[in-house]
Amino acid sequence: MGSRIVSFELCGREVEVLVSPMATLQSVLRSQLGYTGTKEGCRQGGCGSCTVLVDGEPMMSCLLPVEDVEGRRVTTIEGIAPVAGLAPIQQAFIEKNAFQCGYCTPGMVVLTKTLLDHHPSPSRDEIIDALGGNVCRCTGYAPIIEAIEAAAAGATTDAGRDAGDWPDPSGER
Amino acid sequence: MPELKMPEPLHVVGRSVQRSDAAAHVTGRTRYAGDYTFPGMLHLRMVRSPVHHAMIRAVDLSRAERVPGFVRALTWRDVPHNVYTILGLIGVEPEEEFVLAQDRVRYKGEPIVAIVAETEAAALEAVAQVRLDLEELPAVFDVEEALQPDAPIVTHWGSNAFMFEGHPCRRVRFGDVEAGFAQADHIVEAVYNSSPIEHAPTETTGCVAVPEADGRFTVYTNTQALYFSLDNTAIILQVAGKRLHFVGGTVGGGFGGKVDVIVEPIATLAAMKTGRPVRYVFSRSEEMQVSSTRSAWRIRIRDGVMRDGRIVARKVTSYADSGAYSRQTPYALTKHAANAAGPYAIPNVSIDAYCVFTNRTPSSAMRGFGVTMASYAIEVQMDRIAERVGVDPWTIRFVNAYRNGDMKPHRKLAEDATLIETMQAAAALVGHELTDEQRAMTSAPRSPGPEGSPGGEAAAAGSRAAGAPASAGAPAAPASTAEGVL
Repeated sequence: MGSRIVSFELCGREVEVLVSPMATLQSVLRSQLGYTGTKEGCRQGGCGSCTVLVDGEPMMSCLLPVEDVEGRRVTTIEGIAPVAGLAPIQQAFIEKNAFQCGYCTPGMVVLTKTLLDHHPSPSRDEIIDALGGNVCRCTGYAPIIEAIEAAAAGATTDAGRDAGDWPDPSGER
Repeated sequence: MPELKMPEPLHVVGRSVQRSDAAAHVTGRTRYAGDYTFPGMLHLRMVRSPVHHAMIRAVDLSRAERVPGFVRALTWRDVPHNVYTILGLIGVEPEEEFVLAQDRVRYKGEPIVAIVAETEAAALEAVAQVRLDLEELPAVFDVEEALQPDAPIVTHWGSNAFMFEGHPCRRVRFGDVEAGFAQADHIVEAVYNSSPIEHAPTETTGCVAVPEADGRFTVYTNTQALYFSLDNTAIILQVAGKRLHFVGGTVGGGFGGKVDVIVEPIATLAAMKTGRPVRYVFSRSEEMQVSSTRSAWRIRIRDGVMRDGRIVARKVTSYADSGAYSRQTPYALTKHAANAAGPYAIPNVSIDAYCVFTNRTPSSAMRGFGVTMASYAIEVQMDRIAERVGVDPWTIRFVNAYRNGDMKPHRKLAEDATLIETMQAAAALVGHELTDEQRAMTSAPRSPGPEGSPGGEAAAAGSRAAGAPASAGAPAAPASTAEGVL
């Protein structure tokens, strides 16, 4: 079996990439296309760190042969934020301190984005259920759930704020 | 001392502050060690021992070398200083861990040959093609069995115990523990066991080592101990530290599991030998199987207790399973010995804490290591004592809580005791009704009372006051028997 070209839409742009047989979407994103926001926690579908959206549905890219996304629309963490600023769910993760080491965060944010797209007002149980495949080993699930609740309620302070425009840690505004 | 200028008013304490890495985390722009790629980057995978204990008769690389994409193999002969110990930097001896196994493997998963290849798939294929000729040896997996005279010996110096300044265990001697047992109303004895625990960080251990044009090596690593890793790498590779530039600080979960210097030396060596960037990142199964764990412990506690709940003697014999190599475990035993009497004022204490070598995966640091399991054992033991004496678990702790000014068994004065106040706050939070006496207690230094005077806590306290280890109601033990060794 030889390599072949696969083309798909990645975060709004068309890409064509020469891939080895059975290469996963995860490895192609990270190693060939430089999209390293998609993380690599277990490469066996056990942790959710590599979650991406394929035609709007969350999938673990470590289990997905890249040939399967031919002609489809792939959104990674790099495609979640608007051109300027952050998506409300990203804003909510920051405000609720919903990360410690940050390694599970891209998968959590991508998963939550689609949860809220499909289901704008999830109950706490539905949020917990949706997070079932995504592991946070710093065990910070409570603030993650709170962030999702806040984003669902539209309760973030300023969803359009630029990512760099935060109060200086020294307290000087 | 120069007079300190008062700083500007504080802006941070007491308020939430935006983390500087927050925006990068939520947008996927944080760069972890495994996210770095470089032109011509090679991939390193390890040939590991499939058995717990064996002599290595031969290693045949001929088939591996024919795998397309194979670049080179590294064996112990390639490692300038192949036998090291991580804590050598702080004077711990002897050097005993092999970067790559030489003539013997001591645990399942021990690295033997590093394979460097053009792709990860080629490296994995070449690893699978290496033929090992091993002569399996009897293995030992239990700390107490490992200390028996006929046990298989794991180390290269003929004993399975780490030697602490000439002793096979870390020792604390305070007062006269046998005299304490002799006058106790109850003896409460139990053994506490724990299993190894893997930290299982979401990001596996790894690094990328890059040769630079100026002859230096840049190493992007997720170590929790950047300069510790740099210094050990310099020793193992026998190069000046200035030739190594370690870039870190971004760790995808550590919890103590990324303080051992496991991937950087061999990745840097591979970069030196090939002149190309080398990526060495653990697979999930490597993370679970061969990265250090929290030690398994066995802790034997024998307490002499008076009818009123006062502990008058405590003897602790602890064994930490270090696995095949010491890594950070000797340090854990020292911390353990300092804490194994618990936050309690006990006049007679004897502690023997063994760091034991077995054929299990090496153990090392993990959140509070050495102390965590001591706390587990001691606090379950306190509940047992309460049950035996017939008081509630709160009372047994108030009765024995240490105070400021009490001498701890390892000869450190208690200066920051808050156990009583913490228990009072906890009782309020959970709605537990304390006695008036318990509510009135504080961690303030005990008022000296006449030895053996009837009733009252001042009397009991007096016998435990600073520097005067003594058994309750008996003459103070002569100071000359005190043998605090830490």
